[in-house]
Amino acid sequence: MSTPLSIKELSKKEERFTAGHRMCAGCGAPTVVKMVLMATEYPVIAANATGCLEVSTCIQQFTSWNIPWIHNAFENAAATLSGVETMYRSLKKQGKIDKEIKFIAFGGDGGTYDIGFQSLSGAMERGHDMLYICYDNGAYMNTGIQRSSATPLGADTTTCPVGSANPGKVQERKDLTRIMAAHGIPYVAQASPSNWSDLMKKVKKAHEIKGPKFMNIIAPCNRGWRSKTDDAITLSRIAVNTCYWPLFEIEDGVTRVTYKPKEKKPLVDFLKPQGRFKHLFAPENEWLLNKAQEVVDKNWERLLREEEFTAPRSE
Amino acid sequence: MPKIVAVTGNEAVAEALRQVDPDVCAAYPITPQTDIMQRFSSFASNCKVKTEMILVESEHSAMSACVGASAAGGRVITATSSQGLALMWEILWIASGDRLPIVMPLVNRALSAPINIHGDHSDGMGARDCGWIQLWSENAQESYDNTIQAFRIAEHMDIRLPAMVCLDGFIISHSINRMEYLEDEKVKNFVGDFKQLNPLLNIEKPVSYGPLILTDYYMEYRKAHEHVMSKVPGVVMQVADEFEKMTGRKYGLFETYRLEDAEVGIVVLNSAAGTTKDVIDDFRAKGIKAGLLKPRLYRPFPYAQVGEALKHLKAVCVLDRADAFGGSFGPLFMDIASSLYIQDKKPLMFNRIYGLGGRDYMPDQAELVLNELAETVKTGKVKSVKEYIGVRE
Amino acid sequence: MKLKGWKELTPGAVVTEPGSSKKFKTGSWRAFKPKWIEENCIQCLFCWIYCPDMAVKVKDGKRGEFDYDYCKGCGICALECPGKKGNKAIVMEEEGK
Repeated sequence: MSTPLSIKELSKKEERFTAGHRMCAGCGAPTVVKMVLMATEYPVIAANATGCLEVSTCIQQFTSWNIPWIHNAFENAAATLSGVETMYRSLKKQGKIDKEIKFIAFGGDGGTYDIGFQSLSGAMERGHDMLYICYDNGAYMNTGIQRSSATPLGADTTTCPVGSANPGKVQERKDLTRIMAAHGIPYVAQASPSNWSDLMKKVKKAHEIKGPKFMNIIAPCNRGWRSKTDDAITLSRIAVNTCYWPLFEIEDGVTRVTYKPKEKKPLVDFLKPQGRFKHLFAPENEWLLNKAQEVVDKNWERLLREEEFTAPRSE
Repeated sequence: MPKIVAVTGNEAVAEALRQVDPDVCAAYPITPQTDIMQRFSSFASNCKVKTEMILVESEHSAMSACVGASAAGGRVITATSSQGLALMWEILWIASGDRLPIVMPLVNRALSAPINIHGDHSDGMGARDCGWIQLWSENAQESYDNTIQAFRIAEHMDIRLPAMVCLDGFIISHSINRMEYLEDEKVKNFVGDFKQLNPLLNIEKPVSYGPLILTDYYMEYRKAHEHVMSKVPGVVMQVADEFEKMTGRKYGLFETYRLEDAEVGIVVLNSAAGTTKDVIDDFRAKGIKAGLLKPRLYRPFPYAQVGEALKHLKAVCVLDRADAFGGSFGPLFMDIASSLYIQDKKPLMFNRIYGLGGRDYMPDQAELVLNELAETVKTGKVKSVKEYIGVRE
Repeated sequence: MKLKGWKELTPGAVVTEPGSSKKFKTGSWRAFKPKWIEENCIQCLFCWIYCPDMAVKVKDGKRGEFDYDYCKGCGICALECPGKKGNKAIVMEEEGK
């Protein structure tokens, strides 16, 4: 029997990710991990790319993981987990193991979009039965807020600092979720911890699908975003409501937007509370602010068209 | 009965791997190793092994997947050469630091640039200090025997370290040797069942692999690793004794050839030892007391035993099939010099770099070196400590 | 705590006690402290599900006190708390006041 996704029932479950970790106060990532691990009844084994989550959750004899967990290096969480999953298949085939076990990799955007991209792409192409979760905070936060290919347009980071010759990051984000969908894997989704039920439903669904799955989950970082320690959930909600971070899934090629805001909020609602976008509100950067809104609009409209286009036809 | 066969080095290694029948194999092609993984994949495709293959997209992922699979709790292999090993380098340290007994044949090949696919020890030398065990092999028979023994050494409960089995690219990997295969049953019994240690797949006892270790413990983990390395030679000898009982073939930490009563000696790794032994016989016939030492366990290096074996010589030449661009000497020379440093009486020494990028090592090069050794003994002087031989000016 | 010597370590630095970080208390990081006002609590448990530090105790589906051993005082619970009729069930107070 699987626990229904009711908050009361969930609260009765044994913790798979425990207190005493050393992520910053108000970090979005631990909440993402907690929700992901809570969403399934199956035994889970996790792999973790080097990054904030990894260095803060397993230090010397102190591990926050109540499940088997492995950290190998920065760029190889997917390859590492594909090794664990293959050994599982081998031992299962030999009758040395009988339990049904699920496999989850966690990586930040640096370890997923950038340095770990090849490893991820390879593991997905090989068809390992695993779920890769990217917790996307939009920069190399662990090393001190350096630009990644997930950093949003216009953001101020320590390697694309705003200066007289530079208005922040001048490139758009890499659209990793769509790139993963282009692998033709059976399930790809985007989620946000603000919409916990949607997030957990997607994880639950992913575990029921055989083969490689990918989920991209926004995880606010108050240090890198230069926001307040209490606004991780609020900001991720605004990201959803501005359609900066749409919630959708692509299952066997069918795109479904799982949450459509009643009223699409302007992107500035998301940018304003964050210090990394402060400079965009100077008159000389108005063009960049407008461009950022255009990019969000373009992507949102394309997503809606894609949903319409891929919808199963009723005869 | 053992079977006499005529096979390439790669074929022999693939056969050993088939007989060991590991649980997981991560495979990626690179010349001159490709042939091993290709043959092994064919065994997997035809139910000759129970192994699950991971056909990765790079050697970096090959070693990463090996780390995951080994930590999961089973017997794991891969194989590589040259650039492939260089790409794995980061994860080699993690495999050994996590104490995972992965076995990896390394078909030695030169490193780029300039790109070159031929036999050369630069790849293995670049990974000599990453905490792995390295066994080096002269020919197909030794490559086969070392591969089988590597599992026992790596998986020994006192050791639990990854092991590389080195053989010369093309010279051994692609040339046909006469050798003996053991029966499948014998190999199976010799390596035995894989014993798990903290397997990730035991969900009843969750473990965490790869914690952050800071200033207060990092050094203790390094000391523990160093201590385990010190136990390797003992286990290598124990496994070699058992192997000898089964096969009659004797292995040690290193091989000596006509060394006991020799006055001059050559130290050389892998395939060049064969040619050198022939030339030594010729020189012996001429009345020059020459001998040879060929390291087998190169990491951890048995410094004390090697020093003991060489100290009585008047002159030694170390032949290196790799240079170490430190403004110093070839890597093997530095190890041999260290072995002899603690001896009160030590031979005169010089270092010759030969055979880079697969340049043929011919009998005349061994003759050149032996003549120079004889001259050195006569004059009591080393003409030049380090030189390249077989190179055009 | 007495540090272990190199002979006492697990091979490969493997951590064999799951969830052992609970022995590491992070409550001292707090600059602000959440205060639970039970009469305003509607038992939605949003504070529990959104807490990044597993610092809200829940028993049998009912909210209990904060776990101040781990609460880092980020204030997410207070911000997300819907309260009752506009009155928050969680408020942040400066630590030590």
